[in-house]
Amino acid sequence: MTEKIIIAGSGGQGIMVMSKFLSNLAVEAGRFTTYLPAYGAEVRGGTAHCMVIISDEEIYSPLIDKVDALIVMNAPSLVKFEGRLKKGGALFLNKSLINIKPKRNDLQVSEIPFTAIAQETGNVKCANTVALGAYLGYKKIASAKQTDVVLAKMLEGLSREIIAVNKKAFERGMAYGK
Amino acid sequence: MDKIFGRPKSLRDIPTHYCSGCGHGIAHRLISEVVDELDIRERIIGVAPIGCAVIAYDYWDFDCCEAAHGRALAVATGIKRVRPEAIVFTYQGDGDLVAIGCAETIHAANRGENLTTVFINNAVYGMTGGQMAPTTLLNQKTATTPFGRDAKSAGYPLKISELLAQLSGVYYVERVSTDSPVKVLAAKRAIKQAFINQIEGKGFSLVEILSACPTYLGMKPTAAVKWVREEMTKEFPLGKIK
Amino acid sequence: MRNQKLVPKVEILHRETSGSRRSSYKVTAFGKTRNQKILISGNEAIAEAAVQAGCRFYAGYPITPQNEIPAYMAKRMPGIGGVFIQSESELAAISMVMGASAAGARAMTSSSSPGISLKQEGISYIAGAELPAVIVNVMRAGPGLGNIWPAQSDYFQAVKGGGHGDYHNIVLAPSSAQEAFDLTMFAFDLADKYRNPVMILSDGMSGQMMEPIVIPEDRKNLLSGICCLTSEKKWAVTGCKDRLPNLVASFRMCLGDTEKLNQHLQGKYKQILADEQRCESVGIDEAEIIIVAYGIMARIAKGAIKTLKAKNIKVGLIRPITLWPFPETQITQILKHRLGRVKYFLVVEMSYGQMVEDVRLAVNGKAKVEFLGRAGGGVPTEEEIIKRLEVISDKL
Repeated sequence: MTEKIIIAGSGGQGIMVMSKFLSNLAVEAGRFTTYLPAYGAEVRGGTAHCMVIISDEEIYSPLIDKVDALIVMNAPSLVKFEGRLKKGGALFLNKSLINIKPKRNDLQVSEIPFTAIAQETGNVKCANTVALGAYLGYKKIASAKQTDVVLAKMLEGLSREIIAVNKKAFERGMAYGK
Repeated sequence: MDKIFGRPKSLRDIPTHYCSGCGHGIAHRLISEVVDELDIRERIIGVAPIGCAVIAYDYWDFDCCEAAHGRALAVATGIKRVRPEAIVFTYQGDGDLVAIGCAETIHAANRGENLTTVFINNAVYGMTGGQMAPTTLLNQKTATTPFGRDAKSAGYPLKISELLAQLSGVYYVERVSTDSPVKVLAAKRAIKQAFINQIEGKGFSLVEILSACPTYLGMKPTAAVKWVREEMTKEFPLGKIK
Repeated sequence: MRNQKLVPKVEILHRETSGSRRSSYKVTAFGKTRNQKILISGNEAIAEAAVQAGCRFYAGYPITPQNEIPAYMAKRMPGIGGVFIQSESELAAISMVMGASAAGARAMTSSSSPGISLKQEGISYIAGAELPAVIVNVMRAGPGLGNIWPAQSDYFQAVKGGGHGDYHNIVLAPSSAQEAFDLTMFAFDLADKYRNPVMILSDGMSGQMMEPIVIPEDRKNLLSGICCLTSEKKWAVTGCKDRLPNLVASFRMCLGDTEKLNQHLQGKYKQILADEQRCESVGIDEAEIIIVAYGIMARIAKGAIKTLKAKNIKVGLIRPITLWPFPETQITQILKHRLGRVKYFLVVEMSYGQMVEDVRLAVNGKAKVEFLGRAGGGVPTEEEIIKRLEVISDKL
């Protein structure tokens, strides 16, 4: 199994956290992984993106040309990265903030209102957690137990309330992804 | 008969390489005397500059380290931070401390590094052949101000001691001279104070010593000392600044 | 979800007893027990490795893409009795490292290309004064301010000297986060062993990229056992108690003395050249074409080689781990045993041709040497390497 993922959005949407989550999950599942953030000035303001590779084999180049899955949290990211998806690739887009349609028709598109769901669960900042849930509902990277371990670790130190909201957001997302 | 005057233990018995009338010899000796009197020879680490005093460590009989031109206080910072129990000082000229090392000087002082700096200001560059120093007086002729230092193109004498005194990290700044035996004694007192401050952990201390460079002032030693006393002190008044 | 750093929790147990000079470390990473895999960036791997190698002094000035190193050190040093200083400049940082090293501490500074240019003054002094020091260059695009994107354009500067005078840095080039960790630990040993500056030559991509690594409980394979205790550094300036005064200096007043110092340094470099060449070799017994690439470029090349294997094009790889000393022996050995069968070397760099010169010197006309490179932030892709290798393969 080799899964190449690009996660993109605007600065502050938790793009890097999502990406780190996936890489940490890969580690927990005993897989190889690389996490390569776009570390330029563009991180502040415009689109932030991160390349994550998860594989059962040693990963050579951390750079991704064609992606298996693309998670976009805002419209500019969809425009920028849609072309990078493989034919039949999985596209997860944040319907709440993206009012344009993908141009391609050879993709598996999941339009999910990540931001709206996050708001419903009690914290708009959890949109990234919803998206993560949706992606992991679709693609099995690790066992439920491993996912729980990483989720608990990533949320360590936060208030009980925030943890509860995130867990709920994750589950809501997961239900969409399945 | 008791011997009441001799070579300090911390000063090696070797011929000087400095020009006749040069102030470095006096300053080297004063530091050695202070080191002996405070009994810190086994704790002291000197950082030598680039300039005429580059081989100051040939005279001092204690541990020394070289620094790139102007970086003496950065090197001293590194030494002192990993060896807080050592007594660390820099010995720097006007080019080293005020020109090329101005940033290192200001920032070490501003961090309040618990260091002692002995700053030799002779208003001219010696080692490289008598060029303008940042402390060269207005109208003073040097190799690179052949018509006299003109403020329009070469700026003004830089009073680093007054500048440093503004910084919160600085504990003690005093300007002294070695133009007469009385002043030499005062200079020694200031140097000793600067070392005592470090021993007591008070923070950054600097002693500026107005010093004669007869060779590049183009004067006899006696005239050069007189010039320091009468001309230099007008621009650089003696006394405790902080 | 908030961005929380999963920094490994490493408890350091200093047990510097007379029998064992090595310290023991208990690593608890990601809330689990020792020898567990943790996800860490190349930059942070370097910083943690330095700490575990006994580095207790770090000075640096912020510059992208290596800011994780000073940030990590700022957080890490106070808890272990170490020193962190954000210096006023690169010039000051390297001089602080010189001072700390002169006083006997294991010391490190890090920067990226423009900042490394500034450090050349101090590196030359450190080499001349024969002090150990570790300098990290997380290379970015140049010349001038260039940009923050990854590059390998400082190869010449790193391996040929960089500053003034006849001197050499030992230069190590990690190609993964794990190797960044391992080589940084090794760097401190090399620095102490030879009393010489050692440079870790990384790049922006390797520095920013996170990968799982294992922080080994037993560091025997990482450290050569060189002593890092200050008490063993008889040359250090520590105050001349019960001994003659020490002097740390590169300056020699007499004409002949500087020449003698240079001869001594050259003798040392000869020893390093003989003893310290390191490289990884892949598939060279069958290869007709050998790629030479280091750092992240070597990984990208490995991807290309894998693809070409399926097409039955016989490509091998030499990945220099030490850039100075350059692993020329490996190349001459290959040419000795497989002369005429290895027809091409392809050097791939994120530069417009720097290491290729050392490859040409080592190959010495016994095979053709071709070059593929991009710089200024451009990274040669797997596809570009494949394409080039196919062209070369057609000529065989």
